[in-house]
This record gives sequence, C-alpha cells and structure tokens, in this order.
Amino acid sequence: MKYIDEFRDGDVARGLAEAIRREARPDRRYHFMEFCGGHTHAISRYGVSDLLPDTVRMIHGPGCPVCVLPIGRVDQAIGLALEQGVTLCTYGDCLRVPASDGLSLLKAKARGGDIRMVYSSADAVALAQKHPDKQVVFFAIGFETTTPPTAVAIKQAAALGLKNFSVLCCHVLTPSAISSILESPEVRQWGTVPLDGFIGPAHVSTIIGSRPYEFFAEEYRKPVVIAGFEPLDVMQAIRMLIRQVNQGRAEVENEFSRAVDRDGNRKAQQLVAEVFEMRKHFEWRGLNVLPYSALRIRSQFAEFDAEKRFALSYRPVPDHKACECGAILRGVKRPQDCKLFGTVCTPENPVGSCMVSSEGACAAHYTYGRYKDVA
Amino acid sequence: MTEIRKNYVRPLDIKHGQVDMAHGSGGRAMEQLIEELFARHLGNEYLAQGDDGALLPHPGAGQLVMATDSHVVSPLFFPGGDIGCLSVHGTINDVAMMGAKPLWLSAGFILEEGFKLADLARIVQSMAAAAKDAGVPVVTGDTKVVERGKGDGVFITTTGVGVVAPGQALSGRRAQVGDAILVSGTLGDHGMAIMAERESLGFESPIVSDTAALHGLIEAMRQSGADIHVLRDPTRGGLATTLNEIAKQSGVGMMLQEKALPVKPAVNAACEFLGLDPLYVANEGKLVAICADLDAEKLLAAMRAHPLGQDAAIVGRVHEDPHHFVQMTTGFGGKRIVDWLSGEQLPRIC
Repeated sequence: MKYIDEFRDGDVARGLAEAIRREARPDRRYHFMEFCGGHTHAISRYGVSDLLPDTVRMIHGPGCPVCVLPIGRVDQAIGLALEQGVTLCTYGDCLRVPASDGLSLLKAKARGGDIRMVYSSADAVALAQKHPDKQVVFFAIGFETTTPPTAVAIKQAAALGLKNFSVLCCHVLTPSAISSILESPEVRQWGTVPLDGFIGPAHVSTIIGSRPYEFFAEEYRKPVVIAGFEPLDVMQAIRMLIRQVNQGRAEVENEFSRAVDRDGNRKAQQLVAEVFEMRKHFEWRGLNVLPYSALRIRSQFAEFDAEKRFALSYRPVPDHKACECGAILRGVKRPQDCKLFGTVCTPENPVGSCMVSSEGACAAHYTYGRYKDVA
Repeated sequence: MTEIRKNYVRPLDIKHGQVDMAHGSGGRAMEQLIEELFARHLGNEYLAQGDDGALLPHPGAGQLVMATDSHVVSPLFFPGGDIGCLSVHGTINDVAMMGAKPLWLSAGFILEEGFKLADLARIVQSMAAAAKDAGVPVVTGDTKVVERGKGDGVFITTTGVGVVAPGQALSGRRAQVGDAILVSGTLGDHGMAIMAERESLGFESPIVSDTAALHGLIEAMRQSGADIHVLRDPTRGGLATTLNEIAKQSGVGMMLQEKALPVKPAVNAACEFLGLDPLYVANEGKLVAICADLDAEKLLAAMRAHPLGQDAAIVGRVHEDPHHFVQMTTGFGGKRIVDWLSGEQLPRIC
C-alpha cells in the first residue's frame, strides 16, 4: 500500500542494518528503550531485532495504554456495568484486561453487563443520544493521543445537553512515565537497567510535540529520537541513537518529521487543557502511584465525570504475586524472565496486563518471538 | 359440489409479510411457509418426498463424509453474498476438504418472530441458486421460530453428506516435512467485506466476499495428478489459524514467505486502517493445499487454470519442528511467529 510499504521495504532495511552494524562500536553495548507499545509491536512483528547486531539491545517501555491500566480502574468500570447497570463503552483492547475476582470486562459482559466495544469516543456519545433512558459511560484510557478525542466527546455532550453521558477518565501522561523510569533506583542508583537512550513516541508526539522531551535529554543526559511506528522508522531511530551515543551527545532528534514538530498540535493541547486538569496522583500498573501523571475532568464539566456522577471511590488492588509486569514495564525484566510467561499467562488467559494488548511486551514476544527462546 | 376452492387459503404475503410464531408451530401456517417458500425455491425429488427425512440412494463404493456448520453472520446481506449462499458454500467446502464429492445438504432455519418474509425469500433464493450451481441439492430441512428478541433475524444450520473414493480421504494429519503450502487466492476478502459493511466503512472500491463452493476447484486439482496431502478452507481465524491447526495435527512446523501471500490492495488497506492482520481474517471461498514439493508447480498451474484459483500461490514449506510453530520470513527480512488467533477478532463472521 502506498505510503506504507515504503516504510516496510526489506531492501532499505538491509541497507540500514548494514549501516547500523558499521556504526555500532564493537567494544561497547547499546541499550535503548522504545517507549511505545507501537514500537514494541513493530519490532516484534517485523523481526527488527533479527537485523540488529548483538551489541544493540532493545528494552520495552511502558507506553502501552492497556498495560499500565491498574486493576482498580478496571474494577471501577466493571462495577459500573454490573452494579450500576450502565452501558459501558470502551476501546476493544480494554475488554480482556484482567481485573479482580478473575473478571475482565469481557467476562463481565458474559455475566450480563452491557459492555460495548467502540472505535471512537464519538460512538459513545452517539449511543447516549440514541438511548436517552440508559446511562452511557465511556471508559477513557490512553496517553496523549486519545485524550483530545475524549475532550471532544465531553464538549459535544455538553453542547447537546446530554444528561446520560459521562466519562471514566483514566488518561495518563507520557512524560511522567519517562520520569518515573529515569528516577527508578534500577536506572539511577543501582545501574541494573543500563539505559543509553529512548526511542520517543510517535503518535503522542504529534499532539505534545518534541519539546517535552528536551528536559530528559538535558537533565538526565539521555538522547531521545522520536520515531514513527513503521519498522524502518524504528531502525533509522536506532541508528540516530547510536550516533548520538558515539558522539557523546544527548539531544532530542526527530526521525518522525513527517508528522511531528517541536510544538505539537496546539489546538488539541488547548482542547485538552480546557476539559482536563492534572490529578495529584494516579496509580499505574507496574509503576505504582505517580505524582501528576494523569488527568481528571475539570469541575466545569463535572456532570460528565463518571467518578462524581456515580460517587466512585478508588481501591488499589495488587497484581498477581508472581506476575512480573511491573518489572517488565520498567525495563528491569524481560517477558521470558517471568515464571508465568507462556505457561499460566498466555494471550488466551492473561494474568498480567502486558499479555493483553498486542502492544504489550509479553503479548508481542509471545505472539511473534517466542520461537527464539526454544531454538 | 365437491370442487375444492383452490385459493381458499390466502397465499403467503411475501412482499409485506413477517414471520410469526405460527410459522414454527407445526400447523398449517408452517406447512404454507414450507410449500410456498422453501419447497418452491429449493425443490428437488428428495425434498418432494415430503417426509420427515429424505430417502437417498446408496452412493456406492467409498466412505461417507458428513459435516455440519451453523451460520450466524451479521449483517445477513453483505457485498458478494448473504447468509443463504454462505450456508451452502460453507458446508459444501467442509465436505470437499475431506476429499469427498458433496452429494446432499440439509438446512435448519431458526427464524425470529417479525423477520421480513421478503428477506427470507431472498435468502432462500440465494441458497437455491448456490445449491443449483454447486449441483448439491438441499434434500431435507427444518424450521423453528423464536420470539422477537430471542434471535437475530435468521440462523441457518446446514449439514452436508458426501462420498470419498477409496484411498482418496484427506486429513490435516498428513502434512509431511518438505511439502509445499499453497493458497488458492487472495486472503481476507470475506472477513473484510463483512467488517466494512458492519462498520459502514465507505471504501471507494467495495470489498466483496469471496464466498464460493470449492469442490469444482478441488476436482481440477485432483485431475492434475498432484499428490495432495491436506486441504483445508481457512475460514474463521484465517490462514494463520488453519495452518497452526494443520501443523499441530501433523506434528510439523511451517515457514511462510510474507512476500508470496496474495492479498488484495483494498483488503490490505482496510486491515491497516482497522489494525487487523489479513492472515487472521476469514475466507469463505479459498483453500489451503499442502502437497509433495515435486508436484507444487503442477498443482499451482491446475489451480490457476480454474476460475476460483486464478490468484493461487505457493506461500511456504513444511519443515521439521518439535514445537509445531508456524513462522514467517517477513517482507522486512526478519522472522516471526504466525500464532494461533487469540481472542475474537471479528465476531459473527459466518
């Protein structure tokens, strides 16, 4: 397909792989974290790691919206559907995220919960318009990419004067997650997670721009290269990171210049600022409670806030004891280091959130790469 | 005096009428529905026997094959077909993939109260046309009606019976190391046609379902003399799931070449747009053939010479692998697993 195949061309990939091999110094190792699940997926699906020299290791980051969703939030959504009888709308990936009591939204649906998969927040608004007798709640998750559409939905509902639409807001912020990783003792004090640079988000950066990463490059001396989600984007970004490391630079560079600039999408940013404000703290799966890392709905739009409308309280629930999702999301462990991986925890029966979405590190490795573990 | 008034019972109002509970009651209304709709379109000598079952001639030498398939597709009508022809093609293909010649079908209908008779007539006509084209008559059937809200228009279960000549039976257990893997045409057409229709995705070039009966293609493949080990139609779960089933049954591994996989540009674009992988999207008029490597080119030529196999391609090889993995060399140059489908990609696709 035009404008897609060009970024998946095998011949160009081999050329790039050759260039990477030439530029990577044989006397050192390179550890790069791809922040986004989109990158994780591309690396696994296209076999990018097969084309990299042994000295380059990719570490999967926490940028998979479903993976960082804590059990307590899914429990809230399930409670709304099963106990309050609302029509709960969410993106498809959320349906299989494991929650308390062996439940997931998919299992709650089988128990009679009215849970619908939607492709956009606008579908949820449309559903509320169509069924004025039902309370419709949109379970809004995701990083900065999915936040503006949620803002639009809330403004739309306000303009329409809908009394039966609200949002369970679980939107989280990318820079907070990066800070948390850079501040983690494994990276900062113990050095058990060597980290030489980041592949920065693609879609998120179209909204927030490249500026927010400048702090990480300067403060933590870590190079950041923003890259698209196609496999050639990822390879080009790896090459750019190797160059920065070799030259002792720590800058923000933009490989994804076809879609990202320094300032991002101002209009979307304004829309988000109008509807949302910072939460003081928010629990992430694997990263624990992070300060100022998520958004909530401003009081001006309080009537569309499901947490207020249904007086929800938050109860944190610890992950399964043996589940290593937390360590995997911080780059401390790899999926195959987890005892549950591929035995108790599989895409059919996920125990941890990283096994749910195709962007999760465990699911990507299970689906595309596990033959390497047995070879 | 004894002249029977022929039109005493008013004919079925197919144009404006709806299914009601009486149509499943076993009484006169049901009799009328069967007469004026099912028998009228599907009619053949066996159905005309009018008994509770069909009395069929013994098919002669060989073994019998029987397969059954329930159809719950939504929407009922989609570009390239509808639940009627789909229910005929699907079951014929299941019988044919066993190496058998399909002979007869049965059809069970579960109708929802309130379903438009005009739509039912369209579906039955489509079934009749498909059965006639395939030369496989519907010889017996059943109709039930459920209350409004307890069904979704119509569900159809078809069962097929066929006969396989001595020594000609096929099975997913027969793939051998070194064999070639072929597909008969482009992948994912049916699933994406349904998906595009369901999501009202107004693509400029509409994606059309490939629903078709494949026993004619199989006959042509047989006549090529190629040593075919396995045939399977990659329906739900797509090619990926079908190959994983065969790899497990036969205890082998497989290696596909991504560049060799035939996928229509429109299907590829729609998959990209919806985040789906054509390898996991359903087909209803395609087959996978696994044959001895030496015969692969011969078989490919025979497939391409048939109208339903024009886009056939050799897409991979069977190799030894104790883990029974299906893997693929990506167009990008790396390798990856082509795993079983997990979860539900597209519910109610057939």
